[in-house]
Amino acid sequence: MSLMAGTLHVVEYNALVFRRIWRGSIAVSFFTPLFFLAAMGVGLGGLVNRSSGGVNGVPYLDFLAPGLIAAACMQTAAIEATYPILAKIMWDKTYEAALATPVTIPDLIRGEVVWTTIRMFIVAAMFWIVMYLFGVGHSLEALLAIPASVLTGLAFSSTIMAFTATRRNDSGFAAINRFVIIPLYLLGGTFFPIAKLPLALQALAWATPLAHGVALTRGVVLGNINAPEAALHALVPLAYFAGGLLIARALLVKRLAK
Amino acid sequence: MSVLTRRTAPVRVPTRSFHMVERNVMAYRHNWIVILSGFFEPVLYLLGIGFGLGSLVPAVSTGGGHTVSYAMFVAPALMATSAMNGAVYESTSNFFYKLRYAKTFEAVIQTPVGVEDAAMGEVIWAVIRGCLYSIGFVMIMQALGLIASPWGGVLSVLAALLIGFAFAALGTAITTFMRQWQDHEIVTLGLQPLFLFSATFFPITVYPPILQAFVAVTPLYRSIHLIRGLTTGQIDVGLLVDVLYLVLLGLVGVAVASVRLRRRLLK
Amino acid sequence: MSDPHSLILARQLTKRFGDLTAVDGIDFEVAKGEAFGFLGPNGAGKTSTMRMIGGVSPVTSGLLTIFGLDPARHGPTIRARLGVVPQADTLDLELTVRENLMIYSRYFDLSWREGARRADELLEFVQLKERSRDKVDELSGGMKRRLTIARALINSPELLLLDEPTTGLDPQARHLVWDRLYRLKQRGVTLVLTTHYMDEAEQLCDRLVVLDKARIAAEGSPRELIDRYSTREVLELRFPIDEQPSLDGKLNDIAERIEVLPDRVLLYTSDGDEAIAAVRKRGLQPETALVRRSTLEDVFLRLTGRSLVD
Repeated sequence: MSLMAGTLHVVEYNALVFRRIWRGSIAVSFFTPLFFLAAMGVGLGGLVNRSSGGVNGVPYLDFLAPGLIAAACMQTAAIEATYPILAKIMWDKTYEAALATPVTIPDLIRGEVVWTTIRMFIVAAMFWIVMYLFGVGHSLEALLAIPASVLTGLAFSSTIMAFTATRRNDSGFAAINRFVIIPLYLLGGTFFPIAKLPLALQALAWATPLAHGVALTRGVVLGNINAPEAALHALVPLAYFAGGLLIARALLVKRLAK
Repeated sequence: MSVLTRRTAPVRVPTRSFHMVERNVMAYRHNWIVILSGFFEPVLYLLGIGFGLGSLVPAVSTGGGHTVSYAMFVAPALMATSAMNGAVYESTSNFFYKLRYAKTFEAVIQTPVGVEDAAMGEVIWAVIRGCLYSIGFVMIMQALGLIASPWGGVLSVLAALLIGFAFAALGTAITTFMRQWQDHEIVTLGLQPLFLFSATFFPITVYPPILQAFVAVTPLYRSIHLIRGLTTGQIDVGLLVDVLYLVLLGLVGVAVASVRLRRRLLK
Repeated sequence: MSDPHSLILARQLTKRFGDLTAVDGIDFEVAKGEAFGFLGPNGAGKTSTMRMIGGVSPVTSGLLTIFGLDPARHGPTIRARLGVVPQADTLDLELTVRENLMIYSRYFDLSWREGARRADELLEFVQLKERSRDKVDELSGGMKRRLTIARALINSPELLLLDEPTTGLDPQARHLVWDRLYRLKQRGVTLVLTTHYMDEAEQLCDRLVVLDKARIAAEGSPRELIDRYSTREVLELRFPIDEQPSLDGKLNDIAERIEVLPDRVLLYTSDGDEAIAAVRKRGLQPETALVRRSTLEDVFLRLTGRSLVD
């Protein structure tokens, strides 16, 4: 089977499932940024701008919005890489059924990654539109926020998929959310500059893909990032993504190829 | 069928609710780590938003010429929100699972434990669980110097109990109307604006007057207002309104849930 | 008036769900110590009747008393003296085997100590002692069924309601369940069960009613019903599929009654061997011929014109 065909089957399968819930999902992808930017960006942002004159020389809303896009992709990736994947490995045994056909394990992984990318793209694009409506990122290169945040999400997608491949039940997923995703979301540079953290935490934050993804996304939206900086910030999530893929593949082969 | 010949059991006072709580304690003994990790989330919000973001907002006016630090402003809101979230999660997702898939209640109603006991027991359990979190959170607030007086801390735990009761009752009532898992997205979608716009992160005075009036009648706003008053030490008659509001909300929720559950389970 | 010893009394008992009449004016009585069965196909109204007896389903019209009490008024009192084995195991999947029994004892207001004592005794009784610390989903179907039976016995009920107690179990598991139920009966527990297996009804029931389309089609002991509605023996004949339609009339007068099913022909007669000889004499060559005793299946076929298990 050709490389694309096997991958496509997995994407098609996911799309079929998604077809039943897409209305609710699109609504969530639109209203979540709307609520967040209105409350945190405008409401709380007003307080920040009055007391501190914004953040890093820009109004708080402009600082916050791009960071939230990257964080939203991270959250989407974390959900897509946990419950649905474990369901297909264990509960519904979808993978087992697929592997009885010419579909291979790399096909499965590619398929899931492509599907997650599509999901994140929808989330990021909706968020970008809302951000635009709030008057942030009115430049052509601000559109780069979408691929930048999708890249951020991919770093989480492959690494968490590797984690999922080792699971026998879903009890670890709540822990991933509580001890990885939420701390990164709250402390990883989205809501306030990492420089405000204690020094040890700053170092820790910069070791994660979210901090770099947020920096990259924010940089392209605000137009204040140069090419070498952008390359560095892109490289870290990319490295996580690639490393995660290799591990996920090895673990899935070990688990599924009996 | 005429109303006169209708034969339904009289609604009883749910005295056996406590057995349902026992059941949940038993079940969570296998899963205590889930309970424990629930402490973590509000604390993270306090650190990230209260202190991290708070470093950009030196002080907030809470009306009447009072000014408090941003962390002091946000902490009670996080406490109220966490009481709400815990109660709503327990009474929607968990309760829906028990009702729909686990069939736990099917077995329960075949014993002397009645439908009212089962519903009330779930609400009590949600309140107990929320109470544990509130106590933990208040202790952290106290340690970080975010409570004006120890009495305010004690009272705020009681207030969180009341908030948990009101939202658990509301959540249980809503769950009896749910048909599928996707309906939970509506709950999530409803909780989000409550969380964001109930004067959680900024004072209500940010809004135009009409919007202020609207926000003032929503349940999380009343909850936050109550706890914030207690922890910052700004005690006034307004807090009594909050208490009455939450008691009423809880009672209506329990009544609706009981009626709906009877109809659903006693077919 | 009825026998004061009857545990359950139903007169013109009716249950409607909207336009659907699930139970249509049935009368029956169950005496203390009896094993009483509802036999019928799916949808005949068995489960609806059981739920009404269990006090979890309001009666639409008619009279129903359990222990002489009205389930609409005294639900908790009645349920305190009942044991219920529902059609689907409603075990608590978040708890262990023993905890399932312990918490159930609490629902009946037993003390923890008494609950523990009974739980251990019952685990022994249903042969699950070794599994007491396991989670419920690790059990096989037969074990889950036995645990559900143990759970129903935690309050030492005077009356045990069993809805399809062995449906879905393999033969070995079924026999174990039957054995336990038989022991309970010997201890004086009144059993009321529904089933669509005639062997189960014959094994367990002193008396049964045949339910069909929400009504009672017949009532009596298994033996009585067979005597009344069937013959002593049945001759089952199989013919090549294309020959069966051409049999019309050729078997007449050989048996008291003939039932032509899609895959075989049943001849009801007092002497099966004699009937085979008669069939052969007429030059017919069945592929197989089997003589057996009449069962409740035959009673059901006679009463309703349909098979019980399709």
